Amino acid sequence: MHRREGLAKLTGRERYVDDLPLDDFLWGMTVRSPVPRGRVTAVRFGADVDWSAFVIVDHRDIPGPNEVILIERDQPVLAAGYVRHVHEPVVLLGHRSREGLRRAVRAVEVVVAPEPPVLDFRVPPRPDQIQYGRDNVLKRLKIEKGDVERALAQAPVVVSGTYETGAQEHVYLETQGMIAWLEDQVLVVKGSMQCPYYVLSALKHALARDESRVRVIQTPTGGGFGGKEEYPSDIALHAALLALKAGRPVKIVYDRGEDMAATTKRHPSWVRHRTGLTRDGRLLAQDLEVVLDGGAYVTLSPVVLSRGIIHAAGPYSCDNVRIAGRVMFTNAVPFGAFRGFGAPQTLFACERHMDVIARTLEIDPVELRRINLLRDGQTTATGQVIRDGTDRVAVLERALELSDYRAKRRAHAAFNETHAAQRRGIGLAAFYHGAGFTGGGEVHLNSRVRVAGLADGRVEVLTANIEMGQGTLTVFTQIAAERLGFAPQDVAIAEADTGRVPNSGPTVASRTTMVVGRLIERACDDLRSRLEVDAAVRGASLRAAIVRWHREHAAERLVGDAVYERPPGISWDDANYRGDAYGAFAWATYVAEVEVDLATYSTRVTGFVAVQEVGKVLNETLARGQVQGGVVQGIGWALMEECKFRDGAMINNQLTNYLIPTSDDVPPIHVAFLENPYPHGAQGAKGLGELPIDGPAPAVLNAVAAATGADPRAVPLTPERLMAIADFGLRSAE
Amino acid sequence: MDQQVPIGVTVNGVRHERAVEPRLLLSDFLRHELGLTGTHVGCEHGVCGACTVLLDGDAVRSCLILAVQADGHELVTVEGLAPPGGGDELHPLQAAFREAHGLQCGFCTPGFLMTLVPFLREHPHPSEPEIREALSGHLCRCTGYQGIVAAVRLAAGSAP
Repeated sequence: MHRREGLAKLTGRERYVDDLPLDDFLWGMTVRSPVPRGRVTAVRFGADVDWSAFVIVDHRDIPGPNEVILIERDQPVLAAGYVRHVHEPVVLLGHRSREGLRRAVRAVEVVVAPEPPVLDFRVPPRPDQIQYGRDNVLKRLKIEKGDVERALAQAPVVVSGTYETGAQEHVYLETQGMIAWLEDQVLVVKGSMQCPYYVLSALKHALARDESRVRVIQTPTGGGFGGKEEYPSDIALHAALLALKAGRPVKIVYDRGEDMAATTKRHPSWVRHRTGLTRDGRLLAQDLEVVLDGGAYVTLSPVVLSRGIIHAAGPYSCDNVRIAGRVMFTNAVPFGAFRGFGAPQTLFACERHMDVIARTLEIDPVELRRINLLRDGQTTATGQVIRDGTDRVAVLERALELSDYRAKRRAHAAFNETHAAQRRGIGLAAFYHGAGFTGGGEVHLNSRVRVAGLADGRVEVLTANIEMGQGTLTVFTQIAAERLGFAPQDVAIAEADTGRVPNSGPTVASRTTMVVGRLIERACDDLRSRLEVDAAVRGASLRAAIVRWHREHAAERLVGDAVYERPPGISWDDANYRGDAYGAFAWATYVAEVEVDLATYSTRVTGFVAVQEVGKVLNETLARGQVQGGVVQGIGWALMEECKFRDGAMINNQLTNYLIPTSDDVPPIHVAFLENPYPHGAQGAKGLGELPIDGPAPAVLNAVAAATGADPRAVPLTPERLMAIADFGLRSAE
Repeated sequence: MDQQVPIGVTVNGVRHERAVEPRLLLSDFLRHELGLTGTHVGCEHGVCGACTVLLDGDAVRSCLILAVQADGHELVTVEGLAPPGGGDELHPLQAAFREAHGLQCGFCTPGFLMTLVPFLREHPHPSEPEIREALSGHLCRCTGYQGIVAAVRLAAGSAP
């Protein structure tokens, strides 16, 4: 089936937030902190602007608590006398002309008495830099299994290494945007977002409005990748505050420079591995320390750390594991949700470290993985027994076969012998990704879905999950149509409007198809049961039954409902980080081929194979597109995407100097799926969306290591960074 | 404050006469004055290519051109690509993008389409490297470009 909203997108008829017609409205813009830390001593409004023509909002205009409510309540909607990061919002301005507003923003001076900031999360803070708790640690988590110290002491070989990853910018092509207005005392906020109910909860809290007086509607979203998970709450609050004060609709749409400088990014990481092994490479002990840069507020960092440490030991069996994780406060723009959510960072370290081990022990990196990969009946770091029936070695084998791994290694060796200025290499990464919220998260979300039978016999699926390119509208249509025996055009998907749809949870964590899709199936079943027809009734006769019901029940509503139920046999101990972290894992092996130019130190990915087992694939075309897109985003993170910071501010906050891959930078991505249906996912599906960004960085760097003999430990591996760690001897020949 | 400048442009076959500020960008003119919001603005710098339109048949970035520079010229935006009439009939490129899943979030899509119209006119049978080079002035963050490359091949009638 074609992408459901594809026609509108191809003809220019789709209306993103900035495209919506809006009458008599004001543009909104944000005045931000110029420094990373300090007390605001004054806000000066320049003399050459007629301020009476502007709506001005500061923290005193907030009706409720000045808090962006999330896990903690530490982040203010607008700074109240103290700033903790560069670009922290201080004052909001509203005006008819966008150009006039730009000039006005520049005419406001936020005067700050600076205090010493923390700008490097890896360095222990000095006493005068402590700003959170006693030690600037935003969150500490620990996983322990077996006796790591004893196993390390007894291990014949111990291999250690540290690995680092940098911040990554989402670069959704549509920047953040939100409009807000008052409609019969109801505040309506509409915009680009992944989680309408997160935005609703933030608005209710800070604006002190109950649910009947706030409504949040998602507009077609031009990419999200996690960047529109938590941040839209901030911008929604800002647009709402301006609209409430102005008494008119207000639109805030960030330009690219503001979006890149002021919104969230992937958490930078530092990971240390200390691994005990037998001489032939069997894992005996894994001792890990994981440190993330959280930035200036807690936001989602505790759960990013959680997913990060749970994935940190890799898809391997090891009896003794200790993973100590912490997120550090720094005076940086808060780091946030980004596809993968902590797992890409720790899996980069894990899979790069596996190759470092292989080189140290002089064993084949494939064999090292093959002997340690989890077999059914073995346990992960949290003690979760894996018994899903997936043959993880077969996933690895398939990737080797499709990439022609062995033959390529021989061909590269021959090539490298005969070429002075280039080196070719191939590398792999074996990894996994847990689908849905971690631990008891899905139970806590308590997601609800509704399917309504319409008078004309069609059905309408009502969820809060959104389309941002990944194909929610299409896959939800398929799931309901398949369950009811309907044609796709007889399934309508409701707009994600909190005034109409139940809270089916956020569109994050690779949960939409697996978890929410399964709820759609159950709501379809519930709808059928209300018609009192046989469970085998499908298609045209079911449609006829819906029409008949409406004739017999004039003015009543026909709905089927479903509420999340935890799959049987799952248990999680949050206090000790033990148990079943996820209902299901997707398993993968990715193989990258590279060519390194020894004169310029630039790396080009020349081939890529992505093999994964993601349960039943519901729509292979969409699934392949997700993998290809995720792999390319991962290649960008591996080789070129670098956020450069100075005094706490991102200084390359434009697409001219923050580079993402173009069509000419990447090869075709060869995608293959192995299918092992998951009984508790829609039609057997497991999560897919995040998995593809976990594998590319370690696979690519392992390939560079194989090609050049260099030992890269950090991404992005820019030419400058490769040059700093390797001397290919060509520079003296110039 | 600023002096308004009269301009006349033909957009998607329709003649428009307007008085505009000299500094008004063509992208803002199309979006805000004419309501043609299918032309998207992704970076305001000429990097991402989302705002690409045709000016006298050539692909140009409407965020790098002033509306006054389009005076007397003929423009085509994504809204003018499909045959007129508002039905579901598509330009062959749009049909190929739909068939080959050359889009996800769709924000970059109009720009890609507008660049490809003159590209396929000049390269009716492009090779994969030619296609990848032609697309490399556009950014897409969702697809990894593979569906887009496949769509171009489909539109060009070349073997996949």
